[in-house]
Amino acid sequence: MRPILMKGHERPLTFLKYNREGDLLFSCAKDHNPTVWFADNGERLGTYRGHNGAVWCCDVSRDSMRLITGSADQTAKLWNVQSGTHLFTFNFESPARSVDFSVGDKLAVITTDPFMGHTSAIHVKRIARDPADQTSESVHILKKPQGRINRAVWGPLNETIISAGEDSIIRIWDSETGKLLIESDIEIGHKKAITSLVKSSDGSHFLTGSHDKSAKLWDIRTLTLIKTYLTERPVNAVTMSPLLDHVVLGGGQDASAVTTTDHRAGKFEAKFYDKILQEEIGGVKGHFGPINALAFNPDGKSFSSGGEDGYVRLHHFDPDYFHIKI
Amino acid sequence: MASMVDATIEALAANLGIDYLDIDVNSVQLPPGEDVGIPSDDGDLYQEDDLELDTGFGNIIIVDNLPVVPCEKFEKLEGVIRKIYSQIGIIKENGLWMPVDPETQKTLGYCFIEYNTVQEAELAKEKTNTYKLDRSHIFAVSMFQDFDRFMKVPDQWAPPETKPYTPGENLQHWLTDEKARDQFVIRAGSDTEVFWNDARQLKPEPVYRRPFWTESFVQWSPLGTYLATVHRQGAQLWGGASTFNRLMRYAHPQVKLIDFSPAEKYLVTYSSHEPSNPRDPQRVVINIFDARMGKLMRDFKGSADDFTLGGTGGVTGVSWPIFRWGGGKDDKYFARMGKNVISVYETETFSLVDKKSLKVENVVDFCWSPTDPILSLYVPELGGGNQPARVSLVQIPGKEEMRQKNLFSVSDCKMYWQSNGDYLAVKVDRYTKTKKSTYTGFELFRIKERDIPIEVLELDNKNDKIIAFAWEPKGHRFAVIHGDNPRPDISFYTMKSGNNTVRVSKLTTIKGKQANALFWSPGGKYIILAGLKNLNGQLEFYNVDELETMAATEHFMATDVEWDPTGRYVATVVSSVHHEMENGFNIWSFSGKLLYRILKDHFFQFSWRPRPPSFLSAEKEEEIAKNLKKYSKKYEAEDQDVSLQLSEQDREKRKMLKDEWDKWVSKWRQLHEKEKLERQKLRDGEVSDEEEEYEAKEVEVEELLDVSEEVLTDD
Repeated sequence: MRPILMKGHERPLTFLKYNREGDLLFSCAKDHNPTVWFADNGERLGTYRGHNGAVWCCDVSRDSMRLITGSADQTAKLWNVQSGTHLFTFNFESPARSVDFSVGDKLAVITTDPFMGHTSAIHVKRIARDPADQTSESVHILKKPQGRINRAVWGPLNETIISAGEDSIIRIWDSETGKLLIESDIEIGHKKAITSLVKSSDGSHFLTGSHDKSAKLWDIRTLTLIKTYLTERPVNAVTMSPLLDHVVLGGGQDASAVTTTDHRAGKFEAKFYDKILQEEIGGVKGHFGPINALAFNPDGKSFSSGGEDGYVRLHHFDPDYFHIKI
Repeated sequence: MASMVDATIEALAANLGIDYLDIDVNSVQLPPGEDVGIPSDDGDLYQEDDLELDTGFGNIIIVDNLPVVPCEKFEKLEGVIRKIYSQIGIIKENGLWMPVDPETQKTLGYCFIEYNTVQEAELAKEKTNTYKLDRSHIFAVSMFQDFDRFMKVPDQWAPPETKPYTPGENLQHWLTDEKARDQFVIRAGSDTEVFWNDARQLKPEPVYRRPFWTESFVQWSPLGTYLATVHRQGAQLWGGASTFNRLMRYAHPQVKLIDFSPAEKYLVTYSSHEPSNPRDPQRVVINIFDARMGKLMRDFKGSADDFTLGGTGGVTGVSWPIFRWGGGKDDKYFARMGKNVISVYETETFSLVDKKSLKVENVVDFCWSPTDPILSLYVPELGGGNQPARVSLVQIPGKEEMRQKNLFSVSDCKMYWQSNGDYLAVKVDRYTKTKKSTYTGFELFRIKERDIPIEVLELDNKNDKIIAFAWEPKGHRFAVIHGDNPRPDISFYTMKSGNNTVRVSKLTTIKGKQANALFWSPGGKYIILAGLKNLNGQLEFYNVDELETMAATEHFMATDVEWDPTGRYVATVVSSVHHEMENGFNIWSFSGKLLYRILKDHFFQFSWRPRPPSFLSAEKEEEIAKNLKKYSKKYEAEDQDVSLQLSEQDREKRKMLKDEWDKWVSKWRQLHEKEKLERQKLRDGEVSDEEEEYEAKEVEVEELLDVSEEVLTDD
């Protein structure tokens, strides 16, 4: 089907997130306004106003009541999804790069960048049921990895936190004690900065994308490398179909080099791979800048991509897609 | 092995606090003498060089047989010598030393001269040895560093030892491959690799790989027997039955270009050197080696000006190859162009044929026939058009002119020989009457026919620009791209029209193609119309027998197209010579089906290993072509086996991957089930866990929008 072009952001997209029901799509961009859309027809519902910098990441609670956003203005904010009112602000000393609600939505993990002498850190915050009781106290602060941490998510039963970033190493931390449990092997792991990390819908495995032009699939409990998907361009965004055994990789040549070559050279396609056979199935073209964000609708029947070009493209699959055989 | 080295390097880098991944390894310069524990296998070669250079006196010459003069004449003599030798190069300050006998206060009859560079010293030796100062004083010039060597000459002659004969490997073993595959060499990054093109398995099969095999490029010999590598110290040849061993080395410092004779008997190497005085022309050294013996057969030295006459392109003004080989497959003659002459040498004595060059006033270009000892040469107009331009054919060694054609108001000519030497096409650019623009026509020579008839061919539209021209190999057809960019037309012509009339006739014209280059299959019949470089790699596979397009496709950004020697497969290449992106190559079938695709960063070179010509006679080849069905049966069965095997392997591999994956999934499911209760607890008892468990309910909402009352009157 023809993709729906959603033009609401004025700057490159950074992150996309569906709610659990799959009826709402949240988008973050380098402009300051996270936006919520109807995931079916691409109609814009509204924006969350209050940030004063690029918004890097967001997460929505299971009941679609709360939204958390992390921004370069050195804050992470809690919002009321329905009304768009701002509920609480966590202040940091450096930009907040990634946010993730735990199972049960009582905790959130927030990562902050290395900035002005501060090292990067992983903060664990308690999220109160009633925003009036919310405090900015951290349960834990983990500081060890060098370089930016591009993504941190919760492991099964909130027992672990998985982080990945510029140092190309994936780490699993004990979320109770803050101890480092496992580190990915340099030999088999990524060779360059990891740009994205996404969990499977049941949280049993996760996919990482890296500038080394590959994506890798890992077991979330043992950090065993299961699959590697090779592509021709740096990978900026990854996602997995919850319905079929497909993974999608997005990326493209560096934004600074885009104008120097033919648009086809940039490889701004969302590439579909067979999750098991690791073979390329096809690609979806359309963006005229690198793809920075990808998300699958939880029903597996549509997905959206956000690009450096400022557009969100919402794709509903044709019936043929569900019968692809390779 | 590689990973082990990597690990140690990384550990070392970590120790030094260096981010190993951030370093561009190619930019690292090692301190002299440091080899990072990688021993060079060229060690002995370096040592040989050291022997020559360790004195460091290569720029000093000794001039002997000078007059012996008393001290009052010393200055005069010194002046004379300085005058002679400073013409050749710059003598260093205090670089002229003429020793004086302290007893007699007379000179000793010799002197030392130190130049800035070795090249100048060599040139001085070459030019002034046997120079006659007067009747009784003939200079004897030698290099200072040769002195030791002269001293060491034993007084008694000892017969050289005869080495026992060791049989060599079969250098043509690759031709006996059971699957009749072809080889190719690629150069990417610092690695050079040779592969089999295993098109049936849709992948290349490695043969040999060697990092830092060459310092600039590699080149197959014309019959595919050898692979030449080029180094700072010279060139090397490699070959062997199953792998690549060093067969021979050819010392030639700073060698830049190499060229084989067509039968690969001789290897020509070329180097140019910067003169110490920047206003002087570059110095050029050309060596011709016997390829198998490694013996230097002849060398040519001179200033670059002597070698740049005529021709265009090439490296820094030199048109390569400078020496063009002729006389067919016997490597009998080679020739080069000079000012108003063409010098033809023969390889028996490595001297000029008839001891003199062929005088041709104002010649600017010449070509050999690929099969016969015939030269074609082009002389432009002289005297403002009073003397017409001409193209003539000259037979060697007789040097008699076989045919000549005068041409009027010519601006430029290009000569194209057909690969069998049957035809010669001359592309002639002529001025229009106003002299403001040019138009193009062709003169077609039928070499093998009596009296060599010439035909004139003009395009339908005379003003069309010619973008490319190509003869069908071994055939009688040619293709021309003509017209204006970006969508020129392509026309095909044949030299043989039906019912025995000997006339060139047009077969067809294809209009508006994005193409700028033509690549005939080595077997003829098929041609690729390619739009390379700025046309983004458009490819059209065209069958000239049927005059139809077999496939139109693209290899985005392709820079080169190369047919394999049999005409079964084609490689299209994106090399980093033009840009750093999408580097790699595609292998296609002759009909334009993409077989496989390999991406390699920093991809420099792709080259098929040539094959020697077939031993089959033309009749036998025709017979095979006629009864192809009979012969191909065997291969068809084999093909089927392979494809069956392939799908079997594929299926097995897929099954294995699926099973493996299913194991993971079942494990995850178990764990997920086990953790279910705990998860519920974390969610404050909310049951719904899986997405499937939840249903979409349709709720109808009725909203009252407006209520109005109207009284209907009953009539």
